[in-house]
Amino acid sequence: MAGNAAGKSAGRIALITIALLFMVLFLLLPLIVVFAQALSSGFEAYFSSIADPNVQSAIWMTLIIAAVAVPANLAFGIAASWCIGRFEFTGRNLLITLIDLPFSISPVIAGLLEVLLFGLNGLLGGWLSAHNYQIIFALPGMILATIFVTFPFVAREVIPLVQEQGNEEEEAAVTLGANFWQIFWRISLPKIRWGLLYGVLLCNARAMGEFGAVSVVSGKVFGETDTLSLAVESLYGSYETQAAFAVASLLALLALVTLVAKATVEFFLRDEMNAVKRKRTV
Amino acid sequence: MSTEITISNVSRGFNGHTVLDNVNLTVRDGELLALLGPSGSGKTTLLRLIAGLDQPDSGSIAIGGTEATQAHPAARGVGFVFQHYALFRHMNVFENIAFPLRIRKTPKAEVNVKVTELLKLIQLETLAGRYPAQLSGGQRQRVALARALASQPRVLLLDEPFGALDAVVRRDLRRWLRQLHEEMHITTIFVTHDQEEAFDLADRIVIMNGGKICQQGAPIDIYQHPADVFVHEFLGESNHITGHAAGGIIFADAGFPVAEAANAPDGPAEIYVRPHHVLLRPRSNGGTGWVINRISATGAHARISVANASTTLEASMTVDALLASGLTDHMPVDITFAGGTVFPTADSQPLKLQVLKPRLAV
Repeated sequence: MAGNAAGKSAGRIALITIALLFMVLFLLLPLIVVFAQALSSGFEAYFSSIADPNVQSAIWMTLIIAAVAVPANLAFGIAASWCIGRFEFTGRNLLITLIDLPFSISPVIAGLLEVLLFGLNGLLGGWLSAHNYQIIFALPGMILATIFVTFPFVAREVIPLVQEQGNEEEEAAVTLGANFWQIFWRISLPKIRWGLLYGVLLCNARAMGEFGAVSVVSGKVFGETDTLSLAVESLYGSYETQAAFAVASLLALLALVTLVAKATVEFFLRDEMNAVKRKRTV
Repeated sequence: MSTEITISNVSRGFNGHTVLDNVNLTVRDGELLALLGPSGSGKTTLLRLIAGLDQPDSGSIAIGGTEATQAHPAARGVGFVFQHYALFRHMNVFENIAFPLRIRKTPKAEVNVKVTELLKLIQLETLAGRYPAQLSGGQRQRVALARALASQPRVLLLDEPFGALDAVVRRDLRRWLRQLHEEMHITTIFVTHDQEEAFDLADRIVIMNGGKICQQGAPIDIYQHPADVFVHEFLGESNHITGHAAGGIIFADAGFPVAEAANAPDGPAEIYVRPHHVLLRPRSNGGTGWVINRISATGAHARISVANASTTLEASMTVDALLASGLTDHMPVDITFAGGTVFPTADSQPLKLQVLKPRLAV
């Protein structure tokens, strides 16, 4: 009996130790290394590498891309969840599958597809260059690639929430005299606000950190078509290790902020989901 | 202004399955009407059609003399209380009730006055700041009702209003709703599958089955004169005896005579007798083999199971009457049927109602 209990607790300690080691090795250590390397030549060097005009340009590019891609996917996520959650229609399952497509395709392939479509020898490339539109190796292409890759994040979070909550509240609002937009702004949107915020956080983290797809379509013109993650690679590739890690530390900070925000939202979201379930069982 | 509701030849199907089949119904101004039926009888679908949450495949609906079949729900002046209340989970009680006023751009001061009034009406003044998740079922139901009343509807529609509540809350809320109706006189339709609820609350009951209206009338009339076998079986317990009529007397197929029914045509007959119409007394002499199986007293009423060689019947009486009668378990008894209904089935003619006259003890 005692031996059994001791065996159990020994097993437990072993498992916990393995899990902790794993966390330290794969999560904590890299994070420490990033900041240690970034600050290896002191704070002055750290800030001067961030103040570098090329890095500044990369920060701006990253912010602009996220500022377009996240709202675009927010709008799309709301529209898609509205359609899928509320209506039965032909092609509903196809739409759900399509939303998942970016998850199952390698981002590099996604970038390549875009080059094939909009590139100089691409399907639409001739027309675009004739009208002087530059998409590939320019900001529009990078935004498109990011939107594609981050496409599922908001929709995937919100669709199950909408399905779970049903549309009785909307029906109630209709009978109380509300019109479409009143229902949308006052009932439907507040109902899914935490799920929406959660999706936006994940979408934003991915939009700012995306490498593969953006790398293919950017052309990597340092100081022009460079995002933070692309800058890390090019700096590291040109043996500016400290500067590369300084830029990487910005992305790491973003990850930490996202993590805290995510945990906060999850707290409210769980409350809300529990409330939904309680309501159902009454 | 009259708010009579006229439903004419309304049909509705879902995926090829008919849910409402050519329904005609008039709801009178100020009436409290119950739509009673088993689940799947189409009663909730009918309620949703009246509210405008769904459209009929054919037929028309008029509210207060105005054609409303295609009208937007908001234009019908209808308040709807959902079975699961459908309170806005992100708004507190006050804001839930204020919602219909706010979307009509009612001035703030007026909103405060009206909501406070309604909170007083539902006796929840102290819980104005609570969220729906923090309320009990009965409280949510009352908030849903206040919210529906806030838009000052001409017609109030309630879908299984007490379905999700426990017995005591249900009874209290029922009385409260009846009282409210007597004060406000809003034309009210409620859907229920609970016959006790319908009988207790409604001025008039409409019984539905299989997408059709079987019978409508005052509760007491329906109970006394059920139109068909379904209504009889649905409204409370009954003993079903297959038998036949011969020379103005109804016999059970098991052999014993049941009652006189002078105008019953000779031939097969379905006999329905309510338990309280089965009268028992200790056997005098001779006897026909009826013996009490078991007596179970629950509160004021006792149920008695009585059987002979071929048939088991349920009888019921008050516990006081039981004690006075001296009946006990396994006692041989005589039976009289004090009433009942026979549905002749000969010649497959339409089912016809006949009230049985009591006959001598069997």
